[in-house]
Parts: sequence; structure tokens; C-alpha cells
Amino acid sequence: MTATATDRLAQIVAQGVIDADLNVVVPSSADLFPYLPEYWREQINQTGFKGPGESSYPASAETSARPEAKPDGGPAGSSLALLQQQALDPWGTEIGILTCAYAVEAIHNPDAAVAMASAVNDWLIAEWLDKEPRLRASIVVPSQQPELAAREIDRVGGHPGFVQVYLPVRAEAPYGNRRYLPLLDAAVRNDLVVGIGFGGSPPNPPTPSGWPSYYMEEWAGMASIFQSQLMNLIFEGVFDRFPALRVTLIESGFTWLPSLLWRWNKEWKGLRPQTPWVRRLPSEYVHEHVRLTTQPWDAPPVEAQFLQIIDQLGSDELLLFSTDYPHWQYDTPEEALPPAGLPDALIAKIMRDNARTFYRL
Amino acid sequence: MATTLTREQTRTRVKPAVIDGDIHNDLPSPQALLPFLPAEWRDYHARFGTFGYSATAYPRINPNAARHDAWPPGGGNPGSSLTFMREQLLDAWNIEYGILNCLIGAGARRLDQSAAVAQAINEWQVATWLDPEPRLRASLVVPYEDGQLAAAEIDRAARDRRFVQVLLIARTAEPLGRRKYWPLYEAAVRNDLPIGIHFGGSGGFPFTGAGRPSYYIEDHAGMAQAFQSQVVSLVCEGVFEQFPTLKIVMIEGGFAWLPPLMWRLDAAYGRLRAETPHLKRLPSEYIREHFWITTQPMEEPTKPAQFHQLLDQLGMSDRLIFATDYPHWDFDAPDQAFPVRLDPDLERRIMADNAKGLYKF
Repeated sequence: MTATATDRLAQIVAQGVIDADLNVVVPSSADLFPYLPEYWREQINQTGFKGPGESSYPASAETSARPEAKPDGGPAGSSLALLQQQALDPWGTEIGILTCAYAVEAIHNPDAAVAMASAVNDWLIAEWLDKEPRLRASIVVPSQQPELAAREIDRVGGHPGFVQVYLPVRAEAPYGNRRYLPLLDAAVRNDLVVGIGFGGSPPNPPTPSGWPSYYMEEWAGMASIFQSQLMNLIFEGVFDRFPALRVTLIESGFTWLPSLLWRWNKEWKGLRPQTPWVRRLPSEYVHEHVRLTTQPWDAPPVEAQFLQIIDQLGSDELLLFSTDYPHWQYDTPEEALPPAGLPDALIAKIMRDNARTFYRL
Repeated sequence: MATTLTREQTRTRVKPAVIDGDIHNDLPSPQALLPFLPAEWRDYHARFGTFGYSATAYPRINPNAARHDAWPPGGGNPGSSLTFMREQLLDAWNIEYGILNCLIGAGARRLDQSAAVAQAINEWQVATWLDPEPRLRASLVVPYEDGQLAAAEIDRAARDRRFVQVLLIARTAEPLGRRKYWPLYEAAVRNDLPIGIHFGGSGGFPFTGAGRPSYYIEDHAGMAQAFQSQVVSLVCEGVFEQFPTLKIVMIEGGFAWLPPLMWRLDAAYGRLRAETPHLKRLPSEYIREHFWITTQPMEEPTKPAQFHQLLDQLGMSDRLIFATDYPHWDFDAPDQAFPVRLDPDLERRIMADNAKGLYKF
């Protein structure tokens, strides 16, 4: 760590930071008991059901957990004290947005899925939002049952701590599909961002050619699933149907975005008769409705190329700073900063202003 | 409405000659294949045809995804008349060599039938295309879902050196790095043939890692995601450690997505390499050593100058091979394909020399 890098970090932090991606993990289903109805407590006790797993990715893979982020007796991301100490305080974070990748979509009993999602949301309120005013959170929903998801959004969406509905990027059908209209409608009705995040546990494989062998493939390949989701949202016309819809891609990487927008813009020119409700260039919908968090940067090795990518994004409003705590995407805080070659005004937007505007914080 | 350019109109615009890395030949009718089928398959094939994986019910923008003007005046499907192909493509655009990628599938679920069909297609290609037209070369059609049968067809047919590569498809029943395909790679290497992976196919899964999209534009533009999954699989499974001389040509996949994928894969390897100890180098190093790419459909950046940035980020200018995709609707004309004017040396390499080096013309 050089002195200049440390100075730069201090300077940027002093101007205020909004962290658009902090991951929290439910330690165990027992922690949800206070928020579950009697019937489900009994069922869980009787069946030994441990919940769908904390998340849809291996909890102790190097990408999932920074070595120092694991509290005694719990998984990384389950301790408010550690989050405050390791993510909020060092960055001087004004506001941090929690996501919880509790894989409700893997609970096939719809009533159980709703009960568990509601319990996680009430747990988020009681254990995180009520205790730490710097935090905001994302609503966990049974996305595989869009009507029930909409009901859950209406139930808790009025809580000022919730700013987003969380959907896993892997899904049984892409989120522009008409089956999700009730869910998207509820998000818009409650003035919430739809946050699409890494992972998910649907029945279908993560690639068009089936199941890969290694987690590394799934991790790297997740970017292409974000691409499919984004393409679907555009071409299904949901941004025309819901002009107020806001979508954040969380932990998606973003260096792939310019090249895909080029391709989609070109294809739209040739194929638009088949989706006539898409009235504008795909890139225009993205610029207006979509934001992306900065971790992982997936940066090229050459800084000049990184600056080219930032320029190719075609808008200075797209990127939202994130630490992705407690996931392990970088070793020193300086590595999480935007590159030094960017103008100060753009850095301020990435570190804070873009999220403030988009989430209305 | 499309108008066909005559030889006089176009030929002067493309000198010196061009090598076309992706031309599609088709049967004039399904019956035309029967004489080439092994006798024991003729009756079965005529009665039952083949059945593959369901999936491709996206109506294309044009019948047969073809240019309006590509239907031969004498009847038959686009790409089924050599005379018309000569007139409309080979003569008109001064094509020195063209590579046929016959998309009549050999990906049927009944594997032994698939092998018989592949053999018949290859024999038909020799008799109908390669013997009468010295400018044409062809890809070997193989029953790619069975590594052993595919290897047998490669060993049988590769003696005819006018077959210059083995044809695979972008969507398969397993990711292409999985070991069931390794006998095929072994045979390709043994016969000194590159593997071409072409746009299309179905392995029986939804076309995205987020389920089935709704529209052809997602199927068509979504091929970039299918190719990404295959690159990830081939690299992570260690195929290039196992077969150090294997060459892969990605055909009709685009290429602007490849630099960001290399950055992401390198980042994934940096954090997760304990999972893949069989990898000895950075993913991007394997990719730059083992992959070639055809140019159509060419990505068109928002600002033309960004195309130069793309080539710089890719770092594979010696691996780009021009292709028209004749007779399909998204045909790239040799004089209009690039969104910028290229340096003349670079243009020569992409239009002909890179292909000459790879295919040994």
C-alpha cells in the first residue's frame, strides 16, 4: 500500500460513501424462530428442516467470505458488529444497502416459501435495520410465486428501511416474463428498486448447455446470466410498461456492458418488428432504468483500457460503489476504489451520488 | 427490399480476394440426403426422420433465417444451389476460399442415427460441393453428443483434406469442456483439424441461465452468452492442458464480449485457483493461444473509434477471420462489414491471411 493510495482513500472516504452491496446471511433457521408462526416452528422442529441454505453459493469459497469476516459460531456476513467494524466504519459509510441471498426460491412448498421470506424480512428489520440507522435493506421474496411475492412486498414495502426487492439472477424464467408482472408492479407501487443479485437456485442449469463442473465456471459465468436477464427486461418491454421501474444489477460485473449494448442496439435495428413495443435503443433503457454495482470490477490489466470501458458505458450515472462485504473481491480497500484516472466529479458520482439519486436516499 | 448486387457491381470493391469463414450449404430437399445414407438407415430415416431436443420454436425474422434474395431461382432452400452460390457469393465477392458449415444437425438424440446422418452429410458435401467447386472447403459434420462416434467419423472422413475443421455447435447437452467430448478433441488433434463452434444448437435446456426467454432477438443475440459458457467450460476443465495443440474457432458468436470475459475469468482464477489445480496459466493465456474467431456478426460500437479500442483490448488481431454468413439475413458484406477503416495490413490479415494460416490454404 503506497502513501498516495492511502491518501486517496482517505480523501474519497471523507467526502462520503454509499455502499450499494453489503451481504447478510441468516445464521440458522433457529434465528428465524421469533419471526415464524407457531405452525412453521413446529414443522421445522419436527422435520429438522434447516432452511434452503444460507445462500446459493458455497459459503466458505474464497470469493464468498473474507478470512476476517467470520464471527465465532456463525457464517461470514451474519454479525452486525463485524459488519459495522469491517465495512461501515472504515469506509465512513453514510448508508449501506443490505442484500440477503437466502434462497427462498429453492423452497418448493409455496406456503413455506412465504413464511420463510416473511421471517427473513422481519429478522432484517429487527436485527439490522432497527439496530443500525446507516443500513437499508432489500426485501426477500418467493420469486417463484410472483403473486405471493407481490403480497410480501406490499406487507413490508412501506417500512422506510426497505429500498429494494431482491431477486436472484438465476431463475426459472427471466424477470421480464409476463408471469412476473405482479411482482414488478408491486415493486413500482411501493417505490422500490428491483435488485438482481448473484446466484439463485432454480431447477434449470446456469448455462444453455447444462451444468458446469466447477464453481469457478459458475462464478465467471454468472455475468452471462445477468446479460440474459437484462436483455429480457429490455425486449419484453417492461420499461415501457413500468416507466418508473428501476433495476440494479448487484455483483454482476459491468465491463461486459458496453459490448453487449452495441450488439443489442444493432440487433434491435434488424429485429425490432418482432418486439414493436421496444421503442428506443436498448442502451437508452439501460441508461435510464438500470444501475450496476462496482464489485467485482472485472477490470482489464491495463488502466487505459479500464478508462475506455468507463467511457464506453456512455453515461456517468450507471455505477454504484460497493464493497460486496463480506465477499472477497479485493485485498486492500484501495483496490475497491474507482481508478485514479477518472475525473473527481465522476468518482463522486460512483462513490455516492448515483446511489443517492437512484435509491432516493 | 433487398436487391442483389451483380458481380460487376461488387467485384471491383473487394480486391484482393477474400476468404469467407462461414458459408451455409443446405440440402435442396430432405430426400436428397437419402442416397448418401448407409443402406440400413435409409428406410428408418425416411419414416421417422430425426428428433433432437425441443427448444427452437422462435420464429426467425425471415424464412430459413435467409436473405430475401437468397432463394435460388430454380427452387430449393437458400444455400442449396451451387450455381446460385457461385453467382451470388463466390464470384460476386471475389471469394478465394469459402468454408462450408452445414447446419443440418447431427445432434439427434438417437446417437447411432446421428452418426449415420453425419456420414451422409459429409459424403453429400464431397459429391455436391467440394468435387465441383475448388474454391470450397467444408467442416466435418459429426455426431458431437457422442465423443467416440464423432471421433470415428473424424478418422474416417478427415483423409479428404478438403475438410478443414470439425463442426460443433454453441448449445450442447453438456458444456463442451466436459470429458464426454474429449475423444472428439483427441481425434481432431490427431487429424490436425481445428474445432469450429458455430452459432445455434440445443442441448435440451432453456437458452439462458435464467430460463427461457420469449423472443427471437433473445435467442439470436443470446448466442453470445452460449459462447461465453463454452469458453468458460473449455478453459476451466483443463481441455487445453490435456490437448496442448487444440485449436478452436468460434463462428458467428461475435467477439466484443471476449475481452471482458477474459478479465473476469482471470479474476475468478486469482481467487478460486485452489479448485482448479489442473490449470497452469491464466485463463486469458489459454484463450489467446487456442482460440480463433470469425467476425460476423460484427459488433458495431456507438462511436466507430471504439472498434479500435475493442481490437486493442482483445489482443487477438491475428485470430480474427472474416465471414459473411451467406445466405443468412445478417450477412456481412466484405466491403461494409467493419465499422471503421482498418489499417491495410490488418485488413489483409482479417480478410484472408489469418484464415490461410489456420486452415493451411
